Amino acid sequence: MFRYIIRRLGSLLATLVVASLIVFIVIEVVPGDPASFMLGLNAQPDTIAALRAELGLDVSKVQRYLSWVFGMVQGDFGQSYTYRTPVADMVGDRLWISLPLALYALALSTLIAFPAGIWAASRRGRFADSAVMGFTQLGIAVPNFWFALILVLVFAVNLGWFSAGGFVSWDAGFFASMKSLTLPAVALALPQAAILTRVMRSSLLDVMGEDYMRTARAKGLSERQALLRHALRNALIPVLTIIGLQFSFLIAGAIIIENVFFLPGLGRLIFQSIAQRDLIVVESVIMLLVFAVVIVTFLVDIAYAWVDPRLRHGVR
Amino acid sequence: MNWRSVVPGAFLLVVVIVGALCSFIWTPFDVAGLDIRNKMQTSSAIHWLGTDHLGRDILSMLMVGARTSLAVALVAVFIGMGVGVPLGLFAAARRNSWVDELIMRGNDLVFAFPALLIAIMITAVFGPSAINAIIAIGIFNIPVFARLTRGAAMSLWTREFIMAARVAGKGELRISYEHVLPNLTNLLIVQGTIQFSLGILAEAGLSYIGLGAQPPIPSWGRMLAESQTLITLAPHLALYPGLAIVFTVLGLNLLGDGLRDWLDPRLRRER
Repeated sequence: MFRYIIRRLGSLLATLVVASLIVFIVIEVVPGDPASFMLGLNAQPDTIAALRAELGLDVSKVQRYLSWVFGMVQGDFGQSYTYRTPVADMVGDRLWISLPLALYALALSTLIAFPAGIWAASRRGRFADSAVMGFTQLGIAVPNFWFALILVLVFAVNLGWFSAGGFVSWDAGFFASMKSLTLPAVALALPQAAILTRVMRSSLLDVMGEDYMRTARAKGLSERQALLRHALRNALIPVLTIIGLQFSFLIAGAIIIENVFFLPGLGRLIFQSIAQRDLIVVESVIMLLVFAVVIVTFLVDIAYAWVDPRLRHGVR
Repeated sequence: MNWRSVVPGAFLLVVVIVGALCSFIWTPFDVAGLDIRNKMQTSSAIHWLGTDHLGRDILSMLMVGARTSLAVALVAVFIGMGVGVPLGLFAAARRNSWVDELIMRGNDLVFAFPALLIAIMITAVFGPSAINAIIAIGIFNIPVFARLTRGAAMSLWTREFIMAARVAGKGELRISYEHVLPNLTNLLIVQGTIQFSLGILAEAGLSYIGLGAQPPIPSWGRMLAESQTLITLAPHLALYPGLAIVFTVLGLNLLGDGLRDWLDPRLRRER
């Protein structure tokens, strides 16, 4: 197990290094110098040179890459070109909106998908099964930002239960903040819940064909008892993997959903920074999101290997 | 779910495709024609689905928007297949070689970037456009096809008819092309349909946040974005483009599920 973790850790580091190189190279070819962009058309060449020196743009690209990467490792994400504040502070504030949103959505989709998937599997081939499957088919086809618009129309405009957008600061109390994240989280959770329901159902049906399930029924358990007592635990392994993988979709989805609800999270930060040529912020936020995706994938791999020893040694 | 879902799936898709093709020759109204006096009308005999905030006919815009949606998603599928399938075939033919390792690690890397992040990076550099949306979605499709092809090709390489071809003296690449690839066609068609539908959703998302096709080219995602500020005044503006996306994606998914069962009964799965 230890050797497996070390090996996976090595490939995780390699992925991060290459990813940081790609992000740096891609963003660095952006036409236009940030310093001259900030100072406008009438800036004197020596003013531009001074600002370039202040922003650390006057050293070679290799040096800049290295200082960016080693800074990030130490938690220093550089300084925003536009606001002259540390990027880490800007990211920190917004992370407390984006991360709770993703986790909230993950929790919701799991809460919907588990009962729905179990129910459909236990009623296999009957009306309830077809109904659940029909809904999942629809849930996958509905774009989450459109679903978000419909939610706003119904629950904010017509019923007035929620506000149509914006975020209530955590200082105003936990429940007030969570309430302002509720519609975004529901919108984000819907397609994920539909996918997860299908995985839950098919995973349960796979397990129900196993010999030990026949034994469980033979010893007198009803279909439902056998399902809940024996099938569920074994069916959970693939389901947990999918939950981990969905995290990266939630991060990407959150970027769009934050824009629907005007939530000041990481997604909106990226767009503002692109518009303002604040490239250091763009680079750092993208790297942070990639880091989150890679770490979650790594944790899922480890958890999977822990549950299923065959994976530690076997071919991938 | 069985092969019969091909029928409703194909029906929905044909409606969308006919609408898109028809828009090349004829639309009920000119999509560039502004008619402010008749703005934000609801359905009527003249404007079947009403008009938007600039008085443009919604049905006409949906028809032209279908063109953008289908074209972006389809080309992105071809990019994914065109690059991913040869990579996967090559990796399977030289399995466990450094080439295989490199291809698979490269795939892991692309998986670490959600499609939207790729699109954001490309946009930050080259500016938003339909072409850049195609590239972003296409890049995301590459590892999907590479993995699928490699996995399926690997199991084919253990079969007798491949052994026979090797004994006959054919090279690895020729076997890949002449014997492995034809056996993957069904699988690739089915996955192509799935990626097509994901591409439609991705294109809608990108153009919604302004990273896709730029005005004046109508696109479903941007129609939704424009409707958002008017949602209290004219909710129907937010309804129809969304329904168009749902119909198209639903059609493709039903078609894909049905095709999987129809083309290869062995693949029939309880999903």
